[in-house]
Order: sequence, then C-alpha cells, then structure tokens
Amino acid sequence: MSALHIKKGASKHSAYNLRPTFSDVQERHTLALLVENEPGVLARVIGLFSGRGYNIESLTVAEVDHTGHLSRITVVTTGTPQVIEQIKAQLGRIISVREVHDLTVEGPSVERELAILKVVSDGDKRVEALRLADIFRANVVDSTLESFIFEITGAPEKIDAFAELMRPLGLAEIARTGVAALLRGS
Amino acid sequence: MKREMTGAKMVVQALKDQGVDTVFGYPGGAVLPIYDEIFLQNDIRHILVRHEQGAVHAAEGYARSTGKPGVVLVTSGPGATNAVTGLTDALLDSIPLVVLTGQVPTFMIGSDAFQEADTVGITRPCTKHNWLVKDTDKLAGTLHEAFHVATSGRPGPVLIDIPKDVQFATGPYSGPKPAASHYQPPVKGDMEEITELVAAMETAKRPVFYTGGGVINSGPGASQLLRELVDATGFPVTSTLMGLGAYPASGENWLGMLGMHGLYEANMAMHDCDLMINIGARFDDRITGRIDAFSPKSLKAHIDIDPSSINKVIRVDIPIVGDVGHVLEDLLKVWKARGRKTNKEALAKWQAKIADWRKVNCLAYKPSEGTIKPQYALQRLEELTKGHDRYVCTEVGQHQMWAAQFLGFEDPNRWMTSGGLGTMGYGFPASIGVQMAHPDALVINVAGEASWLMNMQELGTAAQYRLPVKQFILNNERLGMVRQWQELLHGERYSHSWSEALPDFVKLAEAFGAKGILCTDPKDLDDAIMEMINHDGPVVFDCLVEKHENCFPMIPSGKPHNEMLLGDAETQGAIQAGGAVLV
Repeated sequence: MSALHIKKGASKHSAYNLRPTFSDVQERHTLALLVENEPGVLARVIGLFSGRGYNIESLTVAEVDHTGHLSRITVVTTGTPQVIEQIKAQLGRIISVREVHDLTVEGPSVERELAILKVVSDGDKRVEALRLADIFRANVVDSTLESFIFEITGAPEKIDAFAELMRPLGLAEIARTGVAALLRGS
Repeated sequence: MKREMTGAKMVVQALKDQGVDTVFGYPGGAVLPIYDEIFLQNDIRHILVRHEQGAVHAAEGYARSTGKPGVVLVTSGPGATNAVTGLTDALLDSIPLVVLTGQVPTFMIGSDAFQEADTVGITRPCTKHNWLVKDTDKLAGTLHEAFHVATSGRPGPVLIDIPKDVQFATGPYSGPKPAASHYQPPVKGDMEEITELVAAMETAKRPVFYTGGGVINSGPGASQLLRELVDATGFPVTSTLMGLGAYPASGENWLGMLGMHGLYEANMAMHDCDLMINIGARFDDRITGRIDAFSPKSLKAHIDIDPSSINKVIRVDIPIVGDVGHVLEDLLKVWKARGRKTNKEALAKWQAKIADWRKVNCLAYKPSEGTIKPQYALQRLEELTKGHDRYVCTEVGQHQMWAAQFLGFEDPNRWMTSGGLGTMGYGFPASIGVQMAHPDALVINVAGEASWLMNMQELGTAAQYRLPVKQFILNNERLGMVRQWQELLHGERYSHSWSEALPDFVKLAEAFGAKGILCTDPKDLDDAIMEMINHDGPVVFDCLVEKHENCFPMIPSGKPHNEMLLGDAETQGAIQAGGAVLV
C-alpha cells in the first residue's frame, strides 16, 4: 500500500493549484455571438471573460436586428484549444446568448476593422502621410493646416501597419472599432 | 386570459400559479407592497427568517429536499447583499431558487438612494440569470420565465429585482407559458455516443460508476434508473458528496463516497478502473486530486446536461450532453437490446480486488471510553435514527465529512450539504427549509459549533414556527478542518482556529425557548440522542467531542487517489497497536 507520510509542516501543497495541462498552444479565435439586446447583456459577456480569466483582444457590439432586439457581439480571444472550447461552452450557458459561432473554425471568414487616426505634422511629413494614406486607401475625413484625420478600413493587421507608418509622421491619436467579422459564402 | 392588477399582486399571483406554497423572506421598505399582498391571502406561507442569508439557505433546503424551486423574498440594498452568499452557494450546487428583491423606485435608481444597491450588477456572477423589471407590463412574463430558467437545464438560482413603483403600478397579468421561452436546453443524449458507451461497458474489465448531484437534480426517476443500471450490470458505484442517496448506501455495489475524504475503496477503484462512467458529476478538484495523475488508465465517459462541464477539467473520451434521466433510460434500452452483455469473468476479479480494498477498513478510528469520538457520535446517531423518515443537513468542515462517511442514505433528496461553495452556516437554516417542506419528518443538522454559530440567529425562526429541527453539534471547540490543515501543513501553528468564548449552548437554546441537551460522556450518548429525537420541538444538542481528532482518509491536495493518507502520522503507532487502522 502506498501510504503517504506527510511530514508535519513540511508540505507546500496548495489545494488550489490543480490546473490541467492539456495543450499549451495558444490560438486566436474570432467568435460571433447573437444576443438578446437587454440591459446588462454586455456585462454578462465581459464578466464571464474577466471572472474566469479569459482574454479579450477585441470586442464589438451593436444591435443588428431592431425588431427582434438582437445584437451581434464579435469577440477576438486567445487561448489553448481547451480554453477556447470552454469559452464557447460558457458563453452558450448565458441565457441571453442565443447563438455562439466560432468563425475561426467555421470559416473562412472576412474580418474588418475601422480606425480613425489624427496625424499632426507639416512640410514633407505631411505630404508623405497623405501619399501613404493613398496607398492604404485611407480617406481624409478632416483636415486643418496642421493636421489630417484619416479613416481606414481593413483587417486589423493592415491597420496596425498603417498606424506604425504614421507614428514617425506625427500620429497624435488613434481610435479603433475592434473587429467585425462574417463567414464567407452563403 | 389577461387581468389587470398591481405589480405586487402579480408577484403573489405568479407564485400561486407556479405552485409555490412556501416563501422564505424578510420585509423592508422596498418590498412593502408585496408584503401587503402576502398579508391579504392564505395560500402561500411566508416564513420570517432572522437574516436574509438564512432565507436563501432555507429555500435551498426546501428545494433540495423536494426537487421544487425554493422562493425567497427580501428587500433592496442590504436585504439583497445579504442574499449573495446563498445565491453563490445555490449556483455552485445547481439548486433551483427564485429570489425576489425589492428595489428603490425606478426614478431614484442611480441616485444612491436609501437602501439602494446595484442588485442585478452584484448578483450577475452569482445567479444563473437575473432581471431588473422596470415596467409592470413585463413583470408577469418575467416571473414565469424566472421559474422556467431556474428549473430547466442545469438548475440554478435566479433573481428578479422589482422597483417599488413597479409594484404599485398596474399592468396585465397572464399565466405561465413555458413553451414561449427561448431557453429550451436539450435533454436527450446523442444515441451514437450512448451506443459507444454501451459498447465500452460490454467489454470493460474494471468499470466504475462515478455519480454526482446531477442524478439527484434529474429527479427521483433518474435515481431509479441508476439503481436498475447498477444492479443489472453489477458495476461498482461511487458518488460525490452531492450525489449521496441516488444509489442506496445499503446496496451491494456501493463503494461509498469518493474524493478528498472519500473511502479508500472508492478512490482506489477510481484510480485503477479501465472505464469511468461519470453520471452528473463535474470532476471537482475535491474529487480529482492531482489532475495529471487522475485515473490514468481509464476510458472516460461523461454524462452532463451542461456542455461547459465536459472537458472543463478532465479530458473525456465519450461526452454525452443530456439530462441524466433521459440518457440513462436510452442507455438501458440500448444495453438490453444488445443482449445485456458484461465481461463477467473480469468483473468478478475486479470485485475481488475491491473486496480486498474494503478490508483496509479505512473509516476505522481509535475508540475512547472517556471522551466522545465524533465518528462514534455519528455511528450512534446513524444507528438510532436510520429507521426514521430522516433528512440530514450539515454545516461545513470535519463534521460534514464524517457525516458523509458514517451516515447511510437510502434515497435521494435526503441529504442537504453545501458542496461547491463550502458555506459555513448553511446547515441550520437549510434544516428549517427542509422541516417546512416535511413537517412530520426527523430533520437533523449535523454541525460543528463554529459553523452553527454563523447562522444561530435562526433559532428564533425555529422557535417561532415550532419547527422540531435537531441541531446535532459536534463541539470540539475548534475550527476542526482548519486545525487539521494547520497541523498537517502549517507546522502545528494553530492560528485563530479556536474560540475562547463559546456560549453555553443549553442556556442559549433555552433563551430562545428551545430545548438544550449537553452530552459529554460516551456512556450517556444513546440516551441523550433518544431524548433529542423524542422531543417535540427544536433541540440544540451540544455534543462535546474529542478536540484533536483528524478526519481520515484524506487525499492531501496535489496528490493522486492512490496516495491516500489513512491515519494521523502522529498517532500511527497507537492506532496500529490497536489494529484499527492499516497504513
């Protein structure tokens, strides 16, 4: 019999350090939720992520069906495959959540984000900013003699790249919407 | 048919239409209109508790012992915040509750009004769902939806926050229409997976059923099906703390409870099995011990109504999402249709191995003639009460584990204990809820003195309603489980794990008009227990027990099932000399 002889006071065992070790490969998934647009529904979703220690990389929400009062929440999250499965199952438990779709699994999907960037500069930098904006198909939506506000739409990586280029050219402020995503095809 | 009525009247009408006979509550400014309506009718009994936490635990006791949802009515602000512990307790143990809270009038919400709290915000993470109803027109539908959500799928507590002006205003009332709800969790399991499990059962050499609270929650029919399945297959069965009573303790395939303080034979069977069939349990950390050494050689099947329970902690091979009752019914059908096959030869060997483990006699303890051993007290309690129509509640700690080890449960819904949250102070109010639901039954709360003091104010409730609840307090003048951990893991530094100012429990009982019994000698124990049983009224039984007894067996946290601690290292020599414990 394999009895354990605990030496009194010698053990460092904690009752709560029992996390499983399945797979530690981190994956990035885009989830689309259809939820009842009732007060507090966003808090339920966000509270689940914070309460259970999951990551939110990006989150967008807006009512998409005004008669049915349904909102679509697009959330980009990272985790091991087990954690991603658990996130989907936990989201599915929320009474106000009608549907949970993992676009990364069900895909391929189209992901788009909108950003507006204020660039404050003069001279050559101002010209260069305008030229790069043209290459990235960003629109000028406001302009003064010292500044531009650009509007750009695209995958998050494209917006990252554009913002990186604008940084030395006088990037003063940036606002991003977060990702909206849909499955391709019908 | 729709009728116009005030929001307050709707609340009472909806409770009646939902078949509610008992409400546990405490009045206050923001629920006065509802209390007015309660005053004006006689169909629903209102039980006035002495603290809102007591109301929620009492409702839990009512729910667990009847299978019906428990109902709570409390006021805004502190009334609601006092209910939070009970809500969390019910959420972790999947107990259906409908909690109604008053709220300040809608036009005052957000103004830091008197007794205002963001009740839906505070209770969002500790309810299955909650609602703030700002419009009387929506109140009736919300009330019925609340009962539907609390009792469908995996049960749980729900809360409706009702501002005072909504209670006064009038609106249309209509009766329950559960089919109208969007929330319709599936109950039938996938037949392909059920068939896969049956195939595994037909060839398994060392199978074990690992059952949990889900069997109880699925209703008495599920327990019946489990018994049929176990008896027909001859597979051994163990249960979590939450599932005790689903399979009878007197059944020949019963292994006893498993887990941290579970029986040796149950834990060894879990560790060495080749097919584990989890029925309505959730691989809680008190059960699994060290995850990466948990039952390493087994194929694992998991039946659970909540998809999030599957693969949450332990990766399983055959996941079956569905209600236990429905799945077991299909499972039995398929197994019978395929010829009722089991691997009989291997099974006989497995049973022989289990018989060897049983010989370890893991619950043996060193008896004493001078002091009452807590295990002995429970053995006598079991002996003297087992023939009765008996319900048992517990508080949380060593006494809870000993009660689970030494009391035998023959039927479901007879055992009420705080499993997931481990709420000290649960048992006494829970026993009040149980006694309300079963007025003629023998309702015993096995308690520790520290836990019991946490909600002792409910002695007022027991006295007021003449509820003959028996408070069986194993008094070791210590926080026994804390003391045990400090002894084993913290160098015997007993930091704040005892009280130097315990009350005289007999006088305390008498102060509330209840009966108090003090027992200090093992020789007097039987007579004292009989006196407790025979007294027609609430009894506080102060049983002074051995102060330094440890609860064994024990899987130290972070250890696998086959590394159980069977006896106290300090007293090993003495125990071995007595031949009582094999280590």
